[in-house]
Amino acid sequence: MDEMKERLEALRTEALNELELVGDPQKLNDLRVKYLGKKGALTEILRGMGALSAEERPVIGQVGNEVRAAIEAVIEEKQSVFQQAETENRLRAETIDVTLPGSKLPAGAVHPLNKVAQEIEDIFVGLGYTIAEGPEVETDYFNFEALNLPKDHPARDMQDSFYITDDILMRTQTSPVQIRTMKAMNGKTPVKVICPGKVYRRDDDDATHSFQFNQIEGLVIGPNIRMSDLKGTLLQFAQLMFGKQAQIRLRPSFFPFTEPSAEVDISCAQCGGEGCRMCKHTGWLEILGCGMVHPRVLEMGGYDPNEVSGFAFGMGVERIALLKYGIDDIRHFYTNDARFLGQFVRMQG
Amino acid sequence: MNVSYKWLNEYIDLNGYTGEALAELMTSGGIEIDVVESRNKGVSGVVVGRVVTREKHPDADKLSVCTVDVGGSEPLQIVCGAKNVAAGQLVPVATVGAKLPGDFAIKRAKLRGVESQGMICSAKEIGLNEKLLPKEQQEGILVLPEGMTVGQSILDVLGIDDEVLELDLTPNRSDCLSMLGVAYEVGALTGREVKLPDNQVSDTTELASEHLSVQIEAVEQCSHYAARYIKGVVIGPSPQWMQNRLMAAGIRPISNVVDITNFVMLEYGQPLHAFDADKVNHGRIVVRLAREGEVIVTLDDQERKLEPHTLVITDGEKPIALAGVMGGANSEVNESTVNILLESARFDGGTVRKTSRQIGLRSESSIRFEKGVDPARVVPALDRAAALIAKYADGLVLEGVVQEVASAPEEKEIYVSLDKINRYLGTELSKLEVQTLFGRLQFSFELSLDGVFKVQVPSRRGDITRDVDLIEEVARLYGYDNIPTTPIEGAATPGALTKPQAIRRELRKRLTDAGLNEVISYSFTHPDRTRLFPALNGSVVPIRLSLPMSEDRSVLRTSLLPQLLETATYNRNRKIEDLSLFEIGSVFHTEETELTRLPQEKHRLAVLLTGSRTSTQWNRKSSPVDFYDVKGVLETVGEVLGISGLISYVAAQPEDMHPGRTAAIVLETERGPETIGYVGQVHPALQLEHDLQDVYVLEIELAPLYDAANFDIAYKSLPRYPAMQRDIAVVLNREIEVGKVIDAVRETAGELLESVNVFDIYTGEKLGAEKKSVALSLVYRHDARTLTDEEVTELHGRVVAKLEQSFAAELRK
Repeated sequence: MDEMKERLEALRTEALNELELVGDPQKLNDLRVKYLGKKGALTEILRGMGALSAEERPVIGQVGNEVRAAIEAVIEEKQSVFQQAETENRLRAETIDVTLPGSKLPAGAVHPLNKVAQEIEDIFVGLGYTIAEGPEVETDYFNFEALNLPKDHPARDMQDSFYITDDILMRTQTSPVQIRTMKAMNGKTPVKVICPGKVYRRDDDDATHSFQFNQIEGLVIGPNIRMSDLKGTLLQFAQLMFGKQAQIRLRPSFFPFTEPSAEVDISCAQCGGEGCRMCKHTGWLEILGCGMVHPRVLEMGGYDPNEVSGFAFGMGVERIALLKYGIDDIRHFYTNDARFLGQFVRMQG
Repeated sequence: MNVSYKWLNEYIDLNGYTGEALAELMTSGGIEIDVVESRNKGVSGVVVGRVVTREKHPDADKLSVCTVDVGGSEPLQIVCGAKNVAAGQLVPVATVGAKLPGDFAIKRAKLRGVESQGMICSAKEIGLNEKLLPKEQQEGILVLPEGMTVGQSILDVLGIDDEVLELDLTPNRSDCLSMLGVAYEVGALTGREVKLPDNQVSDTTELASEHLSVQIEAVEQCSHYAARYIKGVVIGPSPQWMQNRLMAAGIRPISNVVDITNFVMLEYGQPLHAFDADKVNHGRIVVRLAREGEVIVTLDDQERKLEPHTLVITDGEKPIALAGVMGGANSEVNESTVNILLESARFDGGTVRKTSRQIGLRSESSIRFEKGVDPARVVPALDRAAALIAKYADGLVLEGVVQEVASAPEEKEIYVSLDKINRYLGTELSKLEVQTLFGRLQFSFELSLDGVFKVQVPSRRGDITRDVDLIEEVARLYGYDNIPTTPIEGAATPGALTKPQAIRRELRKRLTDAGLNEVISYSFTHPDRTRLFPALNGSVVPIRLSLPMSEDRSVLRTSLLPQLLETATYNRNRKIEDLSLFEIGSVFHTEETELTRLPQEKHRLAVLLTGSRTSTQWNRKSSPVDFYDVKGVLETVGEVLGISGLISYVAAQPEDMHPGRTAAIVLETERGPETIGYVGQVHPALQLEHDLQDVYVLEIELAPLYDAANFDIAYKSLPRYPAMQRDIAVVLNREIEVGKVIDAVRETAGELLESVNVFDIYTGEKLGAEKKSVALSLVYRHDARTLTDEEVTELHGRVVAKLEQSFAAELRK
C-alpha cells in the first residue's frame, strides 16, 4: 500500500513538473491522455488496487482522486490560459480599419419643392384639412370669372397668362381648385381643403422669377368663419412651419376673390425679427396672401353668403423653399442638376 | 403713382409725419409704398445766380470766365466750360463750400491760371432727372426761367427739398391715382381734414355754348362729356412751381396749357384734353365709335387705322382724338394756338383699354380711364383747369360748361350691421368705434336703432360696392393687428390623403430610398420633343400655347421621358454620368387640333437610370446599370402597391427604344389587359443624339395603378412542415423567354410549388450560339403535412417532362 501511495505521489510530482513546462494546447492534451486517459499513468497505477485489502482501498482511492484533481486543476488552468491567448490572437488577426468608408444604403432625395410642399401638406392634414387637386389647363371661367375676375377686370393685368385658346389657359393660380371644390361639395359645410399644384404665368425667367411655379392655397368655409379664425390658422401654421417663436403680421391688400384681403408677413426665421439679409433688414418675410372669401366667389361656388362665410390663403412654394434652404436662384429648381438635387437627402425636421 | 410730400401737404396737413412715417402709415393701411425717395440727391449751398459778364478764357478755347451775381456784395468770378453760358442768364451756382450729388464739395480753384469761386451747374449736376426736362435744358448748364430771385436756394426754387412716395397700388385703389385721393386716404388714417383746391372760374358774359356743342352718340362708351371754351390764351412755359410738381410726379413739363391738364389730372385723377378750338370744325364735338376704314394721325405723328370698337372724338366729320388715349395731330395745341376747347369726360374703361392695347400706348390718361374715373370730379376738374389756364396762360374762360350726360351713376347706399361687422371679423367693436371710422373716411351714414349702418359711399370710392367692402374699410382702419386670433369653431374634421396622393407619396419614398433623385421639369417643351417615344403619346396632338415665350417652351409635354433625357444630357455635360432619376408629373393629351374642352391630364411616373449602379469603392467594383435594374424598380413598385401579380412584361419594339431590350408593361384590369407603359433601353441612335451612354428608362401611367393598388395584407401563417428543394438546369433555344418557362413550371407543378427562382443563366461556346442554359430552383411544400420524397420526385419529373415537351428543353446533367 505504501508503495502505491508513493507511486501516486511520484506521478503527481512528475505530472505537475511536466505540465508546468507545457507551451501549447496540443501538448497539454497529450499530457492529459498520458496521465489521465483511459490508458494513462494514473489508471495504470490504480489498476493495482485490486490487490489491496478492503480497508486500504478507500485510502488509496482517496489519494488517487486527490492526484487526479490536482493534475486536472492544472490542466484546466493551463487550458484557459491557452484559450485566452488563442482568442486574443484571433481577434488581433481580425482587426480592421474602422475609418475606411462603409457601404452606404442608397439614398436619393425628394425634390426640394415637393419636400416643402409635403411638409406644408402634412401640417394642414394634421389640422384636419384634405388635399384637393385640379387641372393645370383650365377654363377662363374657373381661373378668372368664377373668382370675381370678369374679362375686362383691371386686376387681370396683375398676371399675364398663357392662353391656349380664348377660353382655355394654363392656370395662373391654384384658386380654380377652390371653385371646383366648392361645386363638388354642393353647398355642404365645413369645407377645409388645401390645393397644391403647379401654376404658370408669363414672366421672364431670372433669379427670382419663373414662368412655372408651385402654389398651395387653403380654403375654409363654414357657418361662422371669421377673420380672426384666419389669423388663428395662419399663426398656427407659421409656428408649425417656422418654429414656435414665429409671429405673423397682416397688411391690408387686394385680391379680387377675397374681401377683406391681406398680405401676411412672418417674422424672419433667420434673425427672429432683428433684421438680416434674408428679410432685407425688415425682420419680416412676405410669405402669404389671404382674405375672407368674396361673397361673389361663394355664390359662384354654390354657397349663400348670407348663410356661410369663409377664408382663403395662398403661398408660393418656391419662395418658401428659397428662404428655407437659402437657395440663390429659382432656376435651380427646374435645371435638375444632380449636385443640387442630392443636397436634399435629409429627413424633414 | 408718385406722390410729392410737399404737394400732398397742400391738401392735407402732414405736420408730425416724415416721409418715412407717412409711408409706414399708408402701407399699414393697405396702400403699399415701395420707396420714399428724396428729390435732393445731395445738393447744398447751390443758389440762383445771374451771369453778369462772360469773357473768353485767356488760355483755353473751351472755357469762359464769368462774373456771376449771387446776391453777395461782390459778384463771383467763375470759370465755366459750358457752350451755352451767356450774360444775363439766371443759372444755378454752386458757391464755395457747396455740395453736389456724389459728395462732391466745391472749393476755390484755379482753372488754367484763372481763379474760379464756384461752379455753374447743369441739371444733371444738381441731380435732376434729365429725361423730365425740356430738350433745351438738357444740354450744358441749366438756364433758369426769369422771375427767380438771385441768391435764393436752388432747393426752394426747383422744389428739390422734397420727398417722393412711390405708391404700389392694387387694382382696386385707383382712387389713389390722384393727389386728392391720396389726401382722403391719409385723412382717413390720421383723422385730418382734406383741403380742396381752388377751382373758381371768374365770371364772363360771353357764353361758351355759342362756340361749342357736345353730342354723345356712343352712349355705352361715354357716359359724360363736358367741355369749356377758353379764349385768347398765350402759350408759354408753365410756372416753375408747377413744373417742379410735374417733375416730382415723373411728368415732363411741355407748355402751360398741356402742363395744366396734366397737373389737374394728377390732382383730381381726371384726365383732360385741350384741343385747339380753331381746328375743331364749328366747335362741334361728337363722340362716336370709329367707322370702317377711318384713320387718324395722332400727336406722335403716327397714322392709326381705326377699328369699329375704337371710341373717337370727332368734330362731326373727322376724328380729332382717340378718346382717353391720345389726341389727334389735326387739333393739336401749339405755340400759335389762341383758343382752347378743354375736354373733361368719362370714357368706358374697357373701351379705352382695348384701344390703348391695340395701338400699344398706355398713357397716364388711359391708365386712369381703364381703372375708372370719379364721375363727381368731371366738372370740378374741368373748372380747376380752366381757372389755372386763365391764370397762367392769360385765357378768358367763357361762361358755362357745355356738356352731355349719357348716364349718371346711381347713388350708392350700402347697409351693414354692427353685428355682421363683428361676426365677420371676430371683433367686439362698439357703434361709436365704427361711427368714428366711417367719419374718418368721410362716408356719410345713418345708424338705425338696431345697429344697421346705411352708408353713402362717395363716388370716388368706386371699389366699394357691398357690405364686405365696408367691413374691409373698418378692418383696415381699426388695424388688422388689432383683430384677435381665434381657433375655428365647430366639430373637428379628419384630415387625410386620398389614395392617389398616398400612392404618390409612397412612390417618392420608395424610389428615393432606392437611391433615385426626384426631378421636376417644365410642362412646356419644344414641339420636336413631343415627337419622341410616340408609343407613350398615342394619337395625341401637342397643345400649343397661343403666345409662347420661345419655341423651346411652346407646347405642353405629352410624355415625361424626353425631358428626363434632356436632364441626363445636362448632367453629363457637367461630368455627372451616374444618374438615377425619376419624375412624377402630368402630361397633357388631346386629340383635338383646336381645343374646345380641357385636355386629359395624366399622372405619370418616369424613371431614368444610366452609368453605374454603385460607384467604385475600396470594397467593391462599380457595375453598369442594365435593363433588369429599371425593371426591378417597377417590380418593387408593383409589390408595394400589391399588384405584382397583375403586371406582366411583353417584349416590344416601340419607336425610339432598343428593339431587343424593351418591354410593354401590361396590367391586368377589370377591362382586360392594358398596356400602361414601357420599360427598356433608349434606342442607341437616340442615346447618341443626346450624347449619352446606355440609358434605361420607364414611363408608366399612374391612374391604372391608383385603381388597381391593393393595400390589404393577407397574412399567411408560417409553414409548419418542411420544404423540399429541387434544382433543375435545362438547355433551351436562346429565343425562348424564361418567363414562359416559369409559367409552364408553375402550371405543371400546381399548388405544391411554393416558389421558383432563376439562379443562373449561362450562354457559351460549349452550348452553341443558339442555346442557353437556364438553372431553376424549385421549392415544394405542403401546408398540412410533410411531403414524401416519392411524390416530389414524381411531380418534379412531370415538370421536367413538360419543359422537354413544350420547349424542347434538354436536361443538363
